[in-house]
This record gives sequence, structure tokens and C-alpha cells, in this order.
Amino acid sequence: MMDSRRFKILYKVSVIVLAVLATLLLSSFILMILGADIFRTFYTIVITPLTRVGHLTEVFVRAVPLCIIALGVAIAYRSGIINIGAEGQMAMGILGFTTVALSAPELPRPLLLPLALLAGVVCGGLWGFIPGILKAKLQVSELLSTVMLNYIAAQFYSFCLRVPLLDPAEALSGAGTPQSARLTTSIEIGRITGRLHYGVFIALVLAVLVYLFMWKTSFGYKMRASGAQSRAARYGGINVPAYVTLAMVISGAFAGLAGGIEIAAVHRRAIEGVTNNYGFSAVVVALFGMLHPFGIVPASFFFALLIYGSTLTPRAVGVPANIVDVMQGLIIIVIVTTQMILQNTYLEDRLYRRFCARHAGKEA
Amino acid sequence: MDLIINILSMTVPFSVALLLASIGEMFNQRSGVFNLGCEGVMAMGAFLGMLVPFMVGHGGPVSNGWNWLGLLLAALVGALLGLFFGVIVVTFRAPQGIAGIGLQMFGVGTAGTLFRHFVGGTQSIPGMANTPIPVLSRIPVIGPIFFSHNLMVYLAFLFVPVAWYILFKTSWGLKVRAVGTHPRAADSMGINVNRTRYEALALGGALAGLAGAYLSVCQVKMFSDELIAGRGFIAVALVYFGHWHPVKIMGGALLFSFAQTIQYNVQGLGIDLPYEFFVMLPYVVVVVVLAFTSRNQTTSPSALGKPFNREIRT
Repeated sequence: MMDSRRFKILYKVSVIVLAVLATLLLSSFILMILGADIFRTFYTIVITPLTRVGHLTEVFVRAVPLCIIALGVAIAYRSGIINIGAEGQMAMGILGFTTVALSAPELPRPLLLPLALLAGVVCGGLWGFIPGILKAKLQVSELLSTVMLNYIAAQFYSFCLRVPLLDPAEALSGAGTPQSARLTTSIEIGRITGRLHYGVFIALVLAVLVYLFMWKTSFGYKMRASGAQSRAARYGGINVPAYVTLAMVISGAFAGLAGGIEIAAVHRRAIEGVTNNYGFSAVVVALFGMLHPFGIVPASFFFALLIYGSTLTPRAVGVPANIVDVMQGLIIIVIVTTQMILQNTYLEDRLYRRFCARHAGKEA
Repeated sequence: MDLIINILSMTVPFSVALLLASIGEMFNQRSGVFNLGCEGVMAMGAFLGMLVPFMVGHGGPVSNGWNWLGLLLAALVGALLGLFFGVIVVTFRAPQGIAGIGLQMFGVGTAGTLFRHFVGGTQSIPGMANTPIPVLSRIPVIGPIFFSHNLMVYLAFLFVPVAWYILFKTSWGLKVRAVGTHPRAADSMGINVNRTRYEALALGGALAGLAGAYLSVCQVKMFSDELIAGRGFIAVALVYFGHWHPVKIMGGALLFSFAQTIQYNVQGLGIDLPYEFFVMLPYVVVVVVLAFTSRNQTTSPSALGKPFNREIRT
């Protein structure tokens, strides 16, 4: 006869295994419609990028912004506000960073880089402040306002690249590719190998800092309390609206920082498509990393793997790269569903009793 | 004057996608389910809607029946996606906001993936032709604004009173409102809460799918990744704006599509602003409107966003 503790573990493990299977089955269903080789597609996405150093560095390049943004998303999520506006906040961060970098190129490096990154942080934070204050003061659903602000930021971003920040060389040649001038070399973040840059360490340090901030300071405690039980937190004297707004500002600041680093280390000028859906993927990363910095670091690597791997599939197996969006959507759905099933002690109890009854029947 | 007629005669057909999607979302929310996946369902609908006439005619002209079949298929798959969402948020009671984002990513991703495989690059289809209503379309001013569009436009606006009738005058509508306002009371009166929510989700999904297909078959006559461009989210916002009432939602849909059509008439208006700001305009309007309407929500379905569990006392 199995005791209830062992049953509990078995139950949890089998729910998680079922969740993974469900994700794989549902994505395989889409691949089947495409008539693609299912095994080879998964192999190309998950294994191929690990086989060569050149691939692996590209995975890390994508993991850096994912990790930084996901840390911010997790702070917001823990404080009770879901930030799906990182895409726009990152774009605003890039604009802030680029503007400072272009307007003061003669500044010495130790001053210029932090100043420009700070501009990115401030712009991203301000763009996060809008949905934060709207939620805190006027109860506007942050899910809707952040999505709208994404579209607004995207338009503003292309306007800035097309007019005020446009590379003078592009304007002269008449080609008019919307991009800024190349930034001065003194602002660049160095590269280790390939395009892999020192931003990796910034991401790791931030992960530790976020952990300390959220779990070892009273600020973090109050933010988590606002998210976990806002009524109780208010009763306990915590100014919940202020902390919710603050959480969104921090979340936006992280996205802005990620944008600045992306420009300083990878592109070295503001171009179209830098945000690359990182803002949305980061939500998946944050959830997959259980909203904890030490889960987010490996999770951001895993999703960077999926994102980079999916860029290889069109050539390797003829599957469009959008397949990664399909998988990310499914993963969100499966994660939130699995969490509910795991929390549902009622269901677990019922299964346990049925299990016991069947065993008792067998023994009799 | 011509300019105003021009803008208004665009406003009416452009509002249809928003109108259908937000009336669908209204049924979802009236039953207590907040479906943020509307955008994804619309993307799937848009892709499937244009796929049928494209496959038959390879981009060339096809008989109108295929266009209707595309719209029908989009509605059908939309309903299935609505039921799929029901499994997640009704049966498993997952948090609706984030699950909706999952559905949105899944829908947009799947539509984009299948589009690249079955259609490839930008391919336009002839789409549905305009059917001006005889006599009425000849009336000056009113004719071009209201009576010279394709059939879906008329049907969509005729559906507004139908939706009102379903919601307020049928027993099913009463059930939907009951499970969205007080599921426990509805349950004790023998209404199957989960079943009713599934039904509302299927209807809402079908309308969202249809709305997407309207864009690709009747309005833009092609599919691209940016086709939906947040209309699914605007549709959700419109439901708040319209206080969960079909007629007010129709007013909202017209207002927002008016903001959208301005970008096509910039030159005529003689406003010297970069075009990006006109593209931004509808989204800005949504944020502003949300800021003004979100706080006073006495009319909102009181069980909105709350999963129902009959086994737990509340």
C-alpha cells in the first residue's frame, strides 16, 4: 500500500511529465499539419545550437536581453502586475541610450557608457510608469494598457529612426534605411568571442541583485506582499498602489537597460527589429523560471536556445521560424494550467482515494 | 464635404472587424471569462479565411462561395479555439489574463507559421466584392456611407440588435448573464455554469475568428503578420468602453475605426504630422478611454475573471 507522501510526489511528477508531453504533442500537431519531420525539427531547435561554439555564442547573445527583461517582468509579476509591455519599454530604452550616445560622443568612456545606459533605464522606467500609475490610480488593466503602449512605442521608435535620429549618411545617399548613425567606439561593450559580449556578466550580477532586493530587503518584501495578498498588505500598512507603480517602473527600467546593452554590445547603432519580440518571450521566461532569479537564468538560456534554434529550422527542415511563437504560447498555457492542477489539493485527494480504493479492491 | 464622406464611408466598413470581435468578447465577459486571446483567434481566422479562396483560385478570382466558405471555416476554428481556452480557464481554472496571453501567442504564431508554409510571401486575393444596396446606395451622403459596402458589413451591423436580443431576451442570454454575475446562485438554480461558459466562449471565439477573416477576405484582401495589429486587444478594451452592451460597443467600434481611418486621409486633412503619429492615434485613444472608463465599472459582470468552483465555499 502506498502512503500519501509517496503518492504526493508521484502525483506532482506525473503532472509535470504530462505537461511536458502535452506541450510536445500540441506543437507536434502543428508540425504534422506542415508535414515536417517532427523529430528532426525538435533536434534542430534544441540540440543543433549546442553542437558548435559559433551557435552557442549566438544563443548567449539572445539569452542576455531575455534574462534582464525577465528579471524585471518577474519583479512586476511578484508585485501583482503583469508586464507585457517590455517590448515598448525596451524600444524607449534604446531611444534614450542612442540619443545620449549620439549627442555627447566626446565624453570619456567611464562617463559616457553609464550615462547612456542610465538614459535607457530612465526612458524604459518612464514608459513602465504609465501603465503602473494607470493601474494603481485608475484601475486600468495593465494587460491592455501595456499592449497599447507597445504599439505606440513601436511607431514612435520608427519615427525617431526615420527622422530625428536618422543617420546623416543615409539621408545623403538617399537610401533612407531607418537607422541611427554608428555610435562612437568608446561606448561599445566589449565582446568575448563571436558576438558574445560582457553583458552576460551584467545579467548574472543583476540576477543576484534582484534576489537580494526581493528576498532580503523590506522593499522587496513589501512588493511581494502587495502582489501575494494586496488586501492583507494594505491592512499591514503597505502603500500598495505605490509599490505596484514602483514595480512597473523597475520592470520598465530593466527592459530599457536591456535595450541599451543590446545596442552597446551587439548592434552598435539603433536599427529596426532590435526588440525581436524579447519583451513577450521574457514573460514566458519569467513564468518558466518560476518568477525567481535563479530559475530565470537557466530559463533564459533555454528560451534563447529555442529562439535561436528556430532561426535554423527554415533551412534545415523547412519549418518557418514562427514555430517558436507557437511553442512559447503553448508553454505559457501549459505552465499556468499545470500550476492550477498542482495547487488543486481537492483533485489530488480524489485521485488518491480512487487509487486507494482500487488497491484495496485488488488486495481483497 | 467630400473628405468627410470619404472618411465616414471608410469608417463604417473598417469598424466591422472590431465590432464582431468585441461583441464576441462581450459574450465571453458577460459569462465571466476574460479572453485576452482574442488577438490570436483573430489571427487564425484571418489566415484561414484567406486560405480557402487562395487555395482555390491561387490568388486569381474565385466564385464568391469560396469566400463565404473561408469565413465559415474561420468561425468554426475560432469556436474550437474558444473551447480550447475554456478547457484551460473553465475546467482547469487557470488565471485568465496570462492564459489569454498564451492563447494570443499561440494563435498569432500558428497563423504565421502556417501562412509561410501554405501561402508564402505577400499574396493578395480578389476578396469579397462590394454589393451596393439598390436605391438606398443612391441617396447622397447616406448612400456611400452606409449602403455601398460588401455583404458582411450589413450582416455585422444587423447582428448588433440580434446580439442584444440574444443577450437580454432569450433564456440562454439570461443564463450567460447569470453565470457571469452570480455563478453560485445560477448553479443553485440548476444552471450548468461551466457548460454555459463553454458555450459563450465558443460563440465569442467564432465571432473573433469571423472578425479576423473579415479583415483578410473583405477589407485588406491579404494576410500578413501585422494584419491584426492589436485589434484583438482593442476589441477587449471596447467591451469596457461599451459597458458590456452591444449598442454602446457598436458606437465604440465606430469611434475607434474613425481614429484609424484618419491615417488614410492625412493629406486631405492638411495636417502636417509624421504619419507614424496617425498610426499611433487609435492606440492612444484606447489608453485614454481606458483611463476614463476603468474606474467606474458598476455595470461590469461581477464574476468577471473569477473561475467558478462549485466544490469550494465562498
